[in-house]
Amino acid sequence: MIYTKDLSKSYSGTTVLNIEALSIPKGQSFGLVGNNGAGKTTYFSLLLDLIKPSTGNVTNNSIVVDQSEDWKPFTSSFIDESFLIGYLTPDEYFYFIGDLRGQNKADVDALTSQFEDFFNGEILGKKKYLRDLSKGNQKKVGIVAALIGNPEVIILDEPFANLDPTTQIRLKKILKDLAEKQGVTILISSHDLMHITDVCERIVVLEKGDIVKDLETNPTTLKELEAHFASNMNVAQEE
Amino acid sequence: MIKHFINLEWKQYFRSSYWQKSLGLNILLVFFAIYFTVGFLFFGFMLLPIIKKLYPEQDPFVVANSFMFFWIIIDLMMRFFLQKLPVMSVKPLLTLPIKRSTVVHYVLGKSALSFFNFLPLFAIIPFSIKLMGDGYETPMILTWMFTTIILVLIINFFNFIVEALSAKTELSFLPLIAIIGALYGLDYFNVLPIKSAIGGTLMTIANNPILILIPIGFLLLFYWYNFKILEDKLYLDSSLKSKVTEVKVAELSWTRHFGDIAPFMQLDLKLIWRNKRTKSSVFIMIIGLVYGLFFYPQPVYKDMVWLFPFIGIFVTGIFLINFGQFIPAWDSGYYKMLMSQNIKYEQYLRSKFILMVLSVGIMFVLSIPYVYFGWKILVAHFAAAIYNIGVNSHVMLFGGSFNRKKIDLNQRAAFNYQGTGAVQWIIGLPLMLLPMGIFAVVNWLVGFEAGIAVLILMGIAGVVLHKKLMKIITQRYLDSKYKMIDAFSKDN
Repeated sequence: MIYTKDLSKSYSGTTVLNIEALSIPKGQSFGLVGNNGAGKTTYFSLLLDLIKPSTGNVTNNSIVVDQSEDWKPFTSSFIDESFLIGYLTPDEYFYFIGDLRGQNKADVDALTSQFEDFFNGEILGKKKYLRDLSKGNQKKVGIVAALIGNPEVIILDEPFANLDPTTQIRLKKILKDLAEKQGVTILISSHDLMHITDVCERIVVLEKGDIVKDLETNPTTLKELEAHFASNMNVAQEE
Repeated sequence: MIKHFINLEWKQYFRSSYWQKSLGLNILLVFFAIYFTVGFLFFGFMLLPIIKKLYPEQDPFVVANSFMFFWIIIDLMMRFFLQKLPVMSVKPLLTLPIKRSTVVHYVLGKSALSFFNFLPLFAIIPFSIKLMGDGYETPMILTWMFTTIILVLIINFFNFIVEALSAKTELSFLPLIAIIGALYGLDYFNVLPIKSAIGGTLMTIANNPILILIPIGFLLLFYWYNFKILEDKLYLDSSLKSKVTEVKVAELSWTRHFGDIAPFMQLDLKLIWRNKRTKSSVFIMIIGLVYGLFFYPQPVYKDMVWLFPFIGIFVTGIFLINFGQFIPAWDSGYYKMLMSQNIKYEQYLRSKFILMVLSVGIMFVLSIPYVYFGWKILVAHFAAAIYNIGVNSHVMLFGGSFNRKKIDLNQRAAFNYQGTGAVQWIIGLPLMLLPMGIFAVVNWLVGFEAGIAVLILMGIAGVVLHKKLMKIITQRYLDSKYKMIDAFSKDN
């Protein structure tokens, strides 16, 4: 589904991302982990054509993302709060995104009503502007908005951050259901190793822009990841 | 501490993406500053001879003082629209070991160094020197000079009080206009002789230097009041955290008539109505509408036909200029999202275009009563409206692709009352001056009808080429997509 070739991004000589080849098959739930500055958000921004690659390109369903915009109808994403429109209410925001994705109000209502639990009764039908919601609730709106219009590729940057424990568990369930039932390709990044090993079938570790590990998730993956990041710490101490 | 603040601001200013990208605008501002400085200097030196010539029987010093009332009023008006309290992002400072009072004193002190306060000095000081050279007593003139300088500072701080109070209301400029109108009216109809009262007061102070303590007292009072207002705002829960307001949901289903751009129209209408910054550009339309009244009733302008299109462009295009120049920066907060969504750029831009065209149409209809001052005015306004629709609207959209300054609609920054100042009016000038120039030339060479025809034809040409122009404009936006995303995701 998503094929990355010779992709690199550098800012005034410093390379922040360098991926020779990375292929994500359709229906895979793909996790990206790495410390701050590893290049996770850069990679997602390149996937969404928000920044220009220095070399190489990303192909999404055999469409080169920085040459055509035809990948947009089946790709949806939530990167950060700047994806929200502060002066709309959550409902209006869902309808707006629905409009852009060719969904009428009834379609949108049908989808969002499935997430009553997830919203914890604090979002739908409340006449509040998005800018007045808490960080956590804003995140919930952004994540659900990314599910509107049956996208085939969903990109979520740090979906677990800022969410309360209950919501984190609910979100894990939502993501698992999506990947299993509908064959949707999900790309998420996280700092929480436990959550991401729970949700994703495959985990790639980025370090200073390079892929250093590419693992199929199995019962020992979490241990392996923990060992990897802990060893980084030891190296740093020895230095 | 002050040293740190200045250092911070220096960096904020020169490291902002705005500064680096709009060098031309800064140069223009400097040019205007020099222009006004020279103008005021000239005025200061020439004032004495002018007064002597116009009022040969009267004491020039008395005459000058009797005009101080108008100066105060005009100064206040200009400041209200052009001068804003210096913005400083205070949130990061609140938890640091800095006294709140230091921050406030700094902001207020900085405002005293504004260009608006130096400008009058260029007129006051030469005028005082000339007066002294003319045989007036030096101590008296010196007292007068210091009194006027204090007066300038009083106006400075009074303006911020007015702005702070009016920022709370929707029609922010109405109270000021009401007050000034009332003052002027009271004086004009001799109900209260404010003009001579102010003149007399200044004369009295000049003759009794000890009385200068009174204006100093007022200055301290206004400073103290400003201090109180700002100090109250320096808490996270008051100004930094916005109030939660219940939303009135509007359906706006009539926008469905516009077909595929309906979602964007709805979004734009909500954008305009639900944010303070954009809302004020709707209310400024009222100013635009009455703008013609400054000119048309006066016989001086009756024969200045070449001026009509300028006023016409202003009256019918005020929303276009005000709103249009911040396309697409109005959407800068969520520009990334728009760019990753399934949208056509052309639809997004067309929605803005239609909004501007609608505003021009509405403003033209509302300005029809100006026909009372002559049919030529109505014709000129009509031509100006067509020109606005065909030419200026496209220019605005095209210019928008050079926009690199983020607008924070959420207005979390403290002290940020209305945002922009003098710059936004300067950008609008060419849009009004160019058609005026074209019209003036044709009007002079051929005649009124020909001038009008040229403006209308230019407008129609723009409408006919609309599809083509939009294509070019859309391409411009696509080309600068990455740069815009990058600039809009930075906090100035």
